[in-house]
Amino acid sequence: MTDIIKAENLAKCYRDFRALKGISFTVKEGECFGFLGHNGAGKSTTMRMIYGLSTVDEGRLSLFGQDIKLTPPEIKRLMGIVPQDDNLDDDLNVLDNLEVYGELFGISRSETTERSLRLLSLMGIDAKVSSSIDSLSGGLKRRLVIARALINNPKLVILDEPTTGLDPQARHLVWQKLRGLKNEGVTLILTTHYMEEATQLCDRLVIMHEGSILAEGSPKELLERHILPYVIEVHAPLDTIPPDLTEKITCAGGEVLQIIDGLFLYTKDGENLWRQLNDWGLPQHACYMRPTNLEDVFLKLTGKGAEA
Amino acid sequence: MNGAFKVLGRHMRVFRRTWKHNIMFNVVEPLLYLSAMGFGLGTFVQEINGMSYLQFIAPGMIALTAMYSATFECTYGTFVRLHYQKTFHAMLAGPITVKDVILGEILYGMVKSIIFGTVILLVVTALGQIKSPAALFIPLLLILQGLVFAVLAMCYTAYTANIDFINYYITLAIMPFFLFGGLYFPVSALPGWVQAINWLNPLYHSVELCRALSLGQMSADLWTHAAILALMGLLLIPIPVKLMEKRLIS
Repeated sequence: MTDIIKAENLAKCYRDFRALKGISFTVKEGECFGFLGHNGAGKSTTMRMIYGLSTVDEGRLSLFGQDIKLTPPEIKRLMGIVPQDDNLDDDLNVLDNLEVYGELFGISRSETTERSLRLLSLMGIDAKVSSSIDSLSGGLKRRLVIARALINNPKLVILDEPTTGLDPQARHLVWQKLRGLKNEGVTLILTTHYMEEATQLCDRLVIMHEGSILAEGSPKELLERHILPYVIEVHAPLDTIPPDLTEKITCAGGEVLQIIDGLFLYTKDGENLWRQLNDWGLPQHACYMRPTNLEDVFLKLTGKGAEA
Repeated sequence: MNGAFKVLGRHMRVFRRTWKHNIMFNVVEPLLYLSAMGFGLGTFVQEINGMSYLQFIAPGMIALTAMYSATFECTYGTFVRLHYQKTFHAMLAGPITVKDVILGEILYGMVKSIIFGTVILLVVTALGQIKSPAALFIPLLLILQGLVFAVLAMCYTAYTANIDFINYYITLAIMPFFLFGGLYFPVSALPGWVQAINWLNPLYHSVELCRALSLGQMSADLWTHAAILALMGLLLIPIPVKLMEKRLIS
């Protein structure tokens, strides 16, 4: 598989603030690659560099095999962008929004209309063809932005927080559509702070924090590498927790993480630990056991949970 | 340049929806000036350079409309698209450069100047104030007038941080252009130093051109006025492009 994007020591400063501190990653053709991080982790800065709203000042960025400083129009031609805010054109109706965008790509008028109508029906907005943008719900606007990003049959689609602010139904619908695109061989790049979204969609992802990449791998690899398979969440005041608990769990091969006022007990053998809780002075009714997920990896790595 | 015409294509799509309201704003206002001044003030003014007062001010209304149309489009219109609607950001995600966006905005300002200026030309003709077929060249000159006022407005819009500050441009640039541009009285009535500064006033050159062509007073000076407008417009184009690049690309 060829590399669609290759970044080496990519960094960015805004005046005194170092928003990106030298990150390296490679996105291969046909995969869905995720950037996971808090607000301000550097995800959007990276996206802006890829789609040509930011210059590459430090490090190297290559798109479709071409080194770039500022992404030129011929490369933007190959990409579809779903920005963080819905910057739809309020002066135009739904269909016009797509047609105008198609014309920016130099697609002929009849072809643009045909593609627009097809995309509107694909995204389930065909009933709103001549509606104004103001009249659309948040979910519909998001779907329209995705439709707009597909008007030029892009090889690479960049989705900057595609489902932020959507209700669960709308989110699942967007996920379905994105999976469909991936099946057609389109490369996807996704930023999100929803762990479930990353797990559902990404083949590989990086976890970003304060402008650096902390970990990289498939969701499964990240789980195996960084976290034990079960967690027991303790929902009790910290001062009621027996002081020797951490030691006992660590001795048993587990790990304890304190996240603000919550305690997370990680273990290889959940059943076993669960049975011992009462003996160790923790009432079971204040505890909740579940398999670990990406969120645990994220919390652990980004240091929101200082180890107890 | 191809990209700029695509950007213009977007604007023209909007224009086809809104031109009726635009006519109200861009055409009715100069007509109000024309009737108030022409019929009101005109009764006190006997003649200016052998012309009735109405005849003196009527051609200037064409230039005034060209100025207002391009100015408002490239100040408030552009700022709303830049700052509130994020239209430029959306376009820049496509195969479009900042230069294309800015040239597209300027072209739109020019189109509006040409269309609304021509509408006023037709109205003034209907009022019997056009005396020469040379007036047929006016729409051609509206291209230059539109260019100058669109580029000047774009320079300020690219620089200003807040939509309220556009008032400074209107009050400190457009109003002096308007008052000293020779619309309502011949600029020869002004002190010599004001006349000298007036050479930098694009509306003065526009008014002179419109008046001369309406009345068929052809002279070599017309080339000078047209050349100044063209130079001003073309030389200043890089300024808004640079300012907007700084603003949009971080």
